[in-house]
Amino acid sequence: MSALVTSTERLQRLLALVPYVVSRQSVGLAETAAAFGVSQRELVDDLNLLWCVELRAPDPYCPIDLSYEGGEIVVSQAESIARPLRLAVDEAAALLVALRMLAEVPGQQDRSALGRLIAKLEAAAGEAASVSAQVAVQVDSNNDGGYTDQIRDALDRGRRVHLTYYVPGRDEATERDVDPMRVLVADGRPYLEGWCLRAEGMRLFRLDRVLALKVLDVPSSPPPDAQPVDVDTGLFHPSSDDIQVELELSAEGRWVAEYYLCESITDLTDGRLRVVLRTPDTGWVRRLALRLGEDGRVLAPSSLVDEIREAAMAALAQYAVL
Amino acid sequence: MSKRKTERLLGLVVCLLSTRRYLTAEQIREAVPGYPEGEDQFKRMFERDKEDLRDLGVPLETGFNHPFDDEAGYRIHQQAYELPELRLEADEAAVLGLAARVWRRAELAGAAAGALLKLRAAGVNDPQDQPQHGIEPRLGTPEPAFGPLWEAVRDRRPVTFAYLAAGRSEPQRRELEPWGVVNRKGRWYVAGWDRARQATRVFRLSRIEGSVKFSGPPGTVTVPPGADVRELVRDWDSTPVREQIATLRVRHGAGVGLRRHALSDNPVDDEWDEVTTTYSEGGWFPDYAASFGSDVIVLDPPDLREAVIKRLKGALA
Repeated sequence: MSALVTSTERLQRLLALVPYVVSRQSVGLAETAAAFGVSQRELVDDLNLLWCVELRAPDPYCPIDLSYEGGEIVVSQAESIARPLRLAVDEAAALLVALRMLAEVPGQQDRSALGRLIAKLEAAAGEAASVSAQVAVQVDSNNDGGYTDQIRDALDRGRRVHLTYYVPGRDEATERDVDPMRVLVADGRPYLEGWCLRAEGMRLFRLDRVLALKVLDVPSSPPPDAQPVDVDTGLFHPSSDDIQVELELSAEGRWVAEYYLCESITDLTDGRLRVVLRTPDTGWVRRLALRLGEDGRVLAPSSLVDEIREAAMAALAQYAVL
Repeated sequence: MSKRKTERLLGLVVCLLSTRRYLTAEQIREAVPGYPEGEDQFKRMFERDKEDLRDLGVPLETGFNHPFDDEAGYRIHQQAYELPELRLEADEAAVLGLAARVWRRAELAGAAAGALLKLRAAGVNDPQDQPQHGIEPRLGTPEPAFGPLWEAVRDRRPVTFAYLAAGRSEPQRRELEPWGVVNRKGRWYVAGWDRARQATRVFRLSRIEGSVKFSGPPGTVTVPPGADVRELVRDWDSTPVREQIATLRVRHGAGVGLRRHALSDNPVDDEWDEVTTTYSEGGWFPDYAASFGSDVIVLDPPDLREAVIKRLKGALA
């Protein structure tokens, strides 16, 4: 990592390092390195650099005096940099926007702590905090069906839950037992992530599609190797085993490319798009094609093209009689 | 990374913090080791250093010690530099860590990490990397326009970009005084004053094509007092609509999602139920009804029925 760190980034770290030690009187090398995300070697380099700072006028002197004998850092003289630098506008905004978002998440029990922390940070950031009001995140708090509290309760007590879960792609209500791992709020929606005993795998369940939820009197016991999905690169990770679907969309149907994760998007004339996506189950693509009508056309696979044709004909046949 | 540059910048910060008087460039050069001999070289390097410090948020002051001085000097006011005293309770420190993780790998992740470091430097002990209560909010910024638009909002600068509005086939160039960015239902929007249209406008970031360019210097955008960007985006997203009631035939066991919001749901024979539900006129309901294929048939009103049949015929074409 050090190769990528610029001089100003390192300066930023040094300006935080001195007050970090000063505010704790003395602190271990290992703990400090962990807090700053650097190796102990890099940390010792930083300490040596600080110790070597010299000013020449009016008389030469060394403003910073410190030692790290026996692995314990002590700063005996820190002069004017004994306190950290103020929060920059970006920094204040990043924290305040995230905290205000947290305060909107349903089932959040630390609302009082959040409120107090927001007030303290606003006061400490001063002017830098004002721009943060220009960025807002709205969490749809009506769409968790009140289930967040129940899931939290199950998490706290280590209990399995039973879900009646709607799968729109198949227009089907499914029954399943899940060992909950966490509630994730991503893309503005709450999800339950847990080990699904029916699928024998980690699954994400949208809370607005939960039809009923019951906390069972059964201990939650996900397999020891069950790990939450790395959602930071996106919620869904298509597998190479998935079926490849090719669609052509009109200008009115372009929203599909925004809404679903596409493997490729090609611009055609008149605002039309050709997209390729991967999915393990094409049921929802059939439904999508029916709702798009003339604004979308599935080009491949051919079995799906036939299926959509049959579904549309069957529906039109019903309209002829009902 | 240059160690010499880091040493010089650190010396410069300490030197300017320690002085009450404004120091001229020449006095700074004498006090801080590491500046070159040549006059032009020194000036260029000193200019760059000042810029680097300002980028870091160091409040560098320029001024004169006496009205008759002919050269401006520099200093850093200790009070303007320092993060004010901050004491956090244990429960406050606990949610702080959660907040810093919200941006993980997204646009402001670096800023959040920087803020956390400063707070730790102020003596805050947050529980590091310890998941709390199993609730983990995440914010993503996959739209490339987020970075420049956030900077524009922060620095109050107007921007131009190409925008492909819904249902349009050609992008249009827009000039916007951005007032704020808002995430609603997982999508980012920018709200502000559209200069060409002389009206407030909301744009979805994912529909911005190509790069966002600054079209004016910092400080040239004024956000009118009372402008609420959240409200602007909410209004844009939800134009008032007339509610209608649809009567549907739904096959037994099918249309599960649709029945959740039904007004009434009664069996007709051993194949069908009659379901009534409200829907918004001009909205997506015909598309939704069509998506169920032969499991959901619209009986009434006639215009809704026609719209669904049109969709189904379109899917055949």
